Amino acid sequence: MQLPDFMMIFSSSLGLSILLWLVVITVLLYMARRPAHEAILSVSKILFHAFRLLSSSILLAEKKLKQRNREVLLASGKIASEHIVEREFERIDAFVKKDLSKFPTLQREITDSIVKLDEDYQKSTEIPPAPPGWTKAIEPIASIPPSEDSMVAEILKSIKDALEKAQGNALAAYRTSSEKRHAFLKNMVPVLRHINKDLLGLDKNVQTLLERSATIDRHMDDYKQISEKTDRAVQTLSSSSMTQFFIAGFVLAIAVGGAFINFNLISRPMQEMVGGSVYMMGFKVADIAALVIILVEVSMGLFLMESLRITRLFPVIGALEDKVRIRMIIVSFVFLFLLASVEAGLAYMRELLSVDDAALVAGLLGNGAVEAVVGVEESGRWITTAAQMGMGFILPFALTFIAIPLESFIHSSRTVIGVLLAGLLRLSAVFLRFLGNISKYFGKSLVNIYDLFIFLPLWIEGLLLNKKDKTGLVLAVANSESGAVNSAAAPATIKKRTPRKTTASKEKEVTEEIKEVL
Amino acid sequence: MREVMKPSLSFILISIVIALGFSACTTGPHKAHNKGVYMLIDTSGTYTKELEKAQQIINYTLAKLNSGDSFVVASIDTGSFSEKDIIAKVTFDDRPSKANQQKRAFQQQVNDYVKSVKSSPYTDITGGLLQAIEYLNERDTRTKTVMIFSDLKQELKKGYVRDIPLALDGFDVVALNVTKLRSDNIDPREYMDRLKLWKNRVEEGAGKWDVINDLERLDKLIKE
Repeated sequence: MQLPDFMMIFSSSLGLSILLWLVVITVLLYMARRPAHEAILSVSKILFHAFRLLSSSILLAEKKLKQRNREVLLASGKIASEHIVEREFERIDAFVKKDLSKFPTLQREITDSIVKLDEDYQKSTEIPPAPPGWTKAIEPIASIPPSEDSMVAEILKSIKDALEKAQGNALAAYRTSSEKRHAFLKNMVPVLRHINKDLLGLDKNVQTLLERSATIDRHMDDYKQISEKTDRAVQTLSSSSMTQFFIAGFVLAIAVGGAFINFNLISRPMQEMVGGSVYMMGFKVADIAALVIILVEVSMGLFLMESLRITRLFPVIGALEDKVRIRMIIVSFVFLFLLASVEAGLAYMRELLSVDDAALVAGLLGNGAVEAVVGVEESGRWITTAAQMGMGFILPFALTFIAIPLESFIHSSRTVIGVLLAGLLRLSAVFLRFLGNISKYFGKSLVNIYDLFIFLPLWIEGLLLNKKDKTGLVLAVANSESGAVNSAAAPATIKKRTPRKTTASKEKEVTEEIKEVL
Repeated sequence: MREVMKPSLSFILISIVIALGFSACTTGPHKAHNKGVYMLIDTSGTYTKELEKAQQIINYTLAKLNSGDSFVVASIDTGSFSEKDIIAKVTFDDRPSKANQQKRAFQQQVNDYVKSVKSSPYTDITGGLLQAIEYLNERDTRTKTVMIFSDLKQELKKGYVRDIPLALDGFDVVALNVTKLRSDNIDPREYMDRLKLWKNRVEEGAGKWDVINDLERLDKLIKE
């Protein structure tokens, strides 16, 4: 170890020079102790307050952001709830128009059926024809026992025949009448069934109406909660947004996978159209063109969904006149159809190119390989061709439905991003508070470390002060004994003493520190 | 409402015009992405027997090259610094289908040459390299690869000056199928010295040198 020349106080002894320098530095540090302590503590205090101020500002911003998130969530929830209630009312309206508009007709049918039933009933209750009255008059004659007089016997026989004939006629008439009444009762069965069916239908409709009313009640309750801006409504909406965000994100990821397959289907044949070695900004123009076609398809899908009022990403489209909107639906669909047809054609071209490539590679490898490849291709080439063309045609239409998860994703991402930002701000505030406290205690530690370097002069000072204290105390006792207490004579050193901290006060201090950190 | 409709329709039209514009865009910078391969085939002495292997390498290279790439096959004979020694050359068309046709035609040209090749008494490798450098620099391809299918034993006719430094900055020079001569078997140092000589010449010219004797390792031949 060597010291620079200018530091070598004793040129002959390095140790002595170092010792002397240490003494000088210690003395200087001891002399500068108070201002150095003040400087260190003030810097740490400045840092502490600066960090605290920053933390407070960030917490304030977080509070405002949370408030804004709450308002956004409630506003979007209110709109969504309004849409749901509106839609439910539309459904009820359609239901009432469709099913309950038939109610007067149904009522008339039921009334007619009841009138017919009543008539039939009346008819069925008609009294059967009474047996002729003279039969009763001749009953005693008929009951006369047969005699041997042939005259009498003949008379009686004719009476009996007449009576039997009359009874037969009466029975036949009764049967005919009963048949007619039964026929009326029989006619009542289909009428009753018809009435029953009508009443069941009515009951079902009323039940459906009641169920829809219950649904509307539930949605109205939600709407009320949102309008009143209750915490429960915010919590429900927030949870719903998170769920929507993840579900929509998942579906979008699947859609991106579909778009990727679509891209691979058309990028290779695109080289036939725009060239395989033309580049733009480091990317193949064929790839860019394929991507643009897919993006245009997605745009068409978005317009189609907007025009059909399935999504509401563009209020301008939703607000269009029905006539214009229908035109837009047709235009979007036609473009989509044309692009899908183009893709199917490109997919077919891709298959041709693949076959050509395979044949070329096989030709370069050798004739045996060519035959093998041709054998495989002949048997199943049409399957891959059809599959590729089908995918090329279907995928653009499938991509149309991206609009639905995209809308959910965009709407829910507002909430999710807001929550994430609020969390980030909170974390920053805690971190800044932590830094503030670190700087505060770092300053205190530096003061202690400073004192550690000058422990020797401090120790000597302590010894001297103790001696002085003892002298001062002896003097004070002597003065009190003499009764002449002089407050001005109290030694300054007594003032310097600081009371030792009790355990309770230390605990209190630690609790405060924890609170500050949190 | 009609005014509201206009921006949407115009957006659709603009999108389609952009797509069609991309489709119509058939010109552009080629040089930044294409590859250039120049293959020199030694036709001296008994090395002509190795030409079947050269055909394999040519076929492999053809399969690896794409639209916009350039490929030349030239022979090494008495005086190789000449366009006359070019057996076949091609720059593949932008359209893959056309490029495939060109590959087939190229393969046929090489096959025809192999059938009718006559061995040359001298081997002017340097002249071939100079010709390759000139050609590939003119094509200005992104990657420049010179493949030398030879035993690397240069034999010059009296009067030919080939003590010329090679400017191979940006070039990859690959020696293929460097066969051992009878004299190499007696003294392997000859073989090693030959390889060292060419390695030094290439590296002095700021080129990259590689040797592939195992034809199973051809996957390292063409750099992407």
